[in-house]
Amino acid sequence: MVSRKLRISTLHRPAAPTTLFEKIWNAHVLADLGGGEVLLHVDRHIIHEVTSARAFANLRLKQRKVRCPELTFGVVDHVVATRPDRSEDTNPAGGGFVRAMRRNCADFGIRLFDIDDPRQGIAHVVGPELGIDLPGCTLVCGDSHTASNGALGALAWGIGTSEVEHVLATQAIVQRRPLTMQVNFEGALAAYVSAKDMVMALIGRIGTAGGTNHVVEYAGSAIRALSIEGRLTICNMSIELGARAGMVAPDEVTFAYLHGRAYAPSGAEWDAAVAHWSGLVTDPQAVFDREVNIDCTAIHPQVTWGTSPQDVIGVDEIIPDPDTATDPVRQTAMRRALDYIGLTPGALLAGTAIDYAFIGSCTNGRLSDLQAAAAVVRGRHVAPGVRALVVPGSTSVRRTAEAEGLDRIFLDAGFEWHQSGCSLCVTANNDVVPPGQRCIASTNRNFEGRQGPLSRTHLASPASVAAAAVTGRIVDVRALMAGNGS
Amino acid sequence: MEPFHTLTGVAAILPAENINTDAIIPTRWIVNSRDLGEGLFGVWRYRPDGTEDPDFVLNQMPFRHSRVLVAGPNFGCGSSREEALWALMRFGIRCVIAPGFSDIFYENAFKNGLLPVVLPAETVAALSERLAAGNSHELTVDLEQRAVSLPGGMSVPFTIDAARRQALLDGRDEIDRTLGLTADFERFQSDDRLNRPWIYHAAKG
Repeated sequence: MVSRKLRISTLHRPAAPTTLFEKIWNAHVLADLGGGEVLLHVDRHIIHEVTSARAFANLRLKQRKVRCPELTFGVVDHVVATRPDRSEDTNPAGGGFVRAMRRNCADFGIRLFDIDDPRQGIAHVVGPELGIDLPGCTLVCGDSHTASNGALGALAWGIGTSEVEHVLATQAIVQRRPLTMQVNFEGALAAYVSAKDMVMALIGRIGTAGGTNHVVEYAGSAIRALSIEGRLTICNMSIELGARAGMVAPDEVTFAYLHGRAYAPSGAEWDAAVAHWSGLVTDPQAVFDREVNIDCTAIHPQVTWGTSPQDVIGVDEIIPDPDTATDPVRQTAMRRALDYIGLTPGALLAGTAIDYAFIGSCTNGRLSDLQAAAAVVRGRHVAPGVRALVVPGSTSVRRTAEAEGLDRIFLDAGFEWHQSGCSLCVTANNDVVPPGQRCIASTNRNFEGRQGPLSRTHLASPASVAAAAVTGRIVDVRALMAGNGS
Repeated sequence: MEPFHTLTGVAAILPAENINTDAIIPTRWIVNSRDLGEGLFGVWRYRPDGTEDPDFVLNQMPFRHSRVLVAGPNFGCGSSREEALWALMRFGIRCVIAPGFSDIFYENAFKNGLLPVVLPAETVAALSERLAAGNSHELTVDLEQRAVSLPGGMSVPFTIDAARRQALLDGRDEIDRTLGLTADFERFQSDDRLNRPWIYHAAKG
C-alpha cells in the first residue's frame, strides 16, 4: 500500500526541522490518496445538535455505522435556552434538535453531555475543560470555532456536515496540506488589555482572509505568559482570520491545566503522555510560509466599529473614513458597514450609547472571563436602559463561578445570570437583540444580523463589555477603572 | 453527490467582499427548519416586514433564476454551516465565481457538487462588466474544459486541482473510498495504540 511506503520513507529521512503543525500532521497520515490528498486519523470528534443532524440521517439512509463511538463526544449547545428554568422546549425550535441528538447518540453508542448533565456546555469550552482535547491530537467538530482547542497543542479545526458524516463513518478525514503561519506576540500587555484584544488587533492587522489556507502557530513571550483560557480565546478567533486552525505549543502551563481532568490520562500513562507532549514544539530552524509580529505593548482595548471582525480599532481611536481606503471594494464595504451600524466616520467610538451587553460564548465564556468582567462590575450598576446578560460557557463554569460568588456580583449589579449555551452569539436558541439595537458582546462575529435581524454588534473583551454595561456606552475600561470614565 | 460537467445559466453579481455564511443563510432559517432556498441571503432579500426587497438582485428578473453567482473576495467566510451550500443549491445555484473563498466553504462546495471557481479580482471585474452589459446575463461554466465563457465570445480559463475536478466530474462518494482503506486504518490504529495509548484509554470513560 502507498501508505506503508510513505511511512517507511518518513522513517529513513534525515530529521529536517519541522513545525509543531507538521509534527502532528505527519503523525496522523494513515494513507496517501494521491493528487495532494491524504487521509488523516481523527483522535477526537465532538458533535453538536445542529450540524450533526443531517450527518446521522445520511448514516441511517446508507446503513453505515459510527466507526469509533468511543472517540466521539456529543454536546447540546446551539439551540438550548439559557433561562434559569429552561427545558429542552423553552426554545420552541430547539426541542426537536435536542431529542434527535439524544436518539442519535443512543442509537450509535455515543456519549452525550445532555441538557441537564453537569458536563453540559459549549463544545469548545467542554472539550478543554474535560481533557477531551489533548496536546498532539487531531480534533474536529462541525463548528468553525473548533480551532479553540489548538490552545492545548492540538491540531483542531471546524468542518462541514458532509465531513461530520465522513468522520462518523470512518474516524478519518481527507485533507490537503495547508500552509503555515507563525504569529509572534511579544511584550507585556497593559492592565485591562487581554487575549481578546490581542487576537482582535491581529485580525485588524491582516484581515479576515489573512489566514486563508494557513494553520497558525501563536508564539512569543505574550503567548507563553497567557493562561490556557487566554490561549483558547486567541485560537478561537483563528477562523476570523480565515485560518484553518490555530495552535499553541504545549508547555508546563498546558500540563498543569490538564492534570486531573476527566478524560486526560492518569498514573503511568500521564507520565508517558507528558514525555510525548514535551516534544511537540517547532524546531528552531523550521520555516513558516508566513510570519507576523505583533507588539503587545502597543495594544489598546479593541472594539469593532463595523460588520466584520477586521473592522476594529482601539477604543480610544476615531472611526475610519471610507474615503481613505484605496481599494474600491473595501471602500464600498466600509460605507455599507457604517450605514448598517449607524456610526459616523471621524467620530470617536468611545461614547457610543449601547442597549445590550453580552458576556459569554466559546470565545469569552470561561471562568477567567467572568472574573475579569466581575472585577469591573463589582460595586457598580448596569446603566439605565441597558439589558446586560452573563451566559457562562459551560455548566461547570457556571457552578464554579457561583461557588466564587460571581453570580451575586452580576445579579446585584443588575445583570441577568443564565445557564450555559451559545445564546446571543449565534441566536439559534431564540435569544436575540431587537432590530436597530446596539449590543456590545464578548463574542466573535459582528456580521449583519448575526445577533438578530438589523441588530448592531460591537465585539470587545469581557472587561470592555462590563465597562460598557455599567456606563451605558462604549468606554475605555482603563479610564473607567482609573476613576475618570463614568 | 451530484456530478458537475457544464452549466449554462443566468449569473447574478454580488460584488461585496467577505460575504459570510450568516448572510448566505441566516441562523433562523436553519433552526426553524424552513425552506433553505427561501432563506438564501435572507437578511438582504427580505425587508423587516418579511416582504421582498425589490432592490436585491435575486428578487429581480432574470436573476430569480440564477444558476451562477459572481461574488467578491473571501466568499463564504465565517460559520462552517453547510446549510450555506444547501441554500445556494436549493435556490438553483451550482457555481460561484470569486477572487477567493473561505477554506470551509470551499471544502463544503466540493462535497455538495457546487463548483467554486477562483479567478483573479481583475478577471472577475471584467467578467462582471461584460455580464452587466449583455442582454442574456448568461454564462457557461465548463469544468471539462476549465473555462468560463460568455455568449459574446469572451472565454476565461480557470485552474482547479486535478483531484478535486475529477471528484466533481465523477460525483464521487468519498466515504466509500475511505471505507475501502480499512486495512490502512486498522494498521494505523494498532500502531498508534502502542505509541499513544492515552488517546484510546482515556476516552473509555
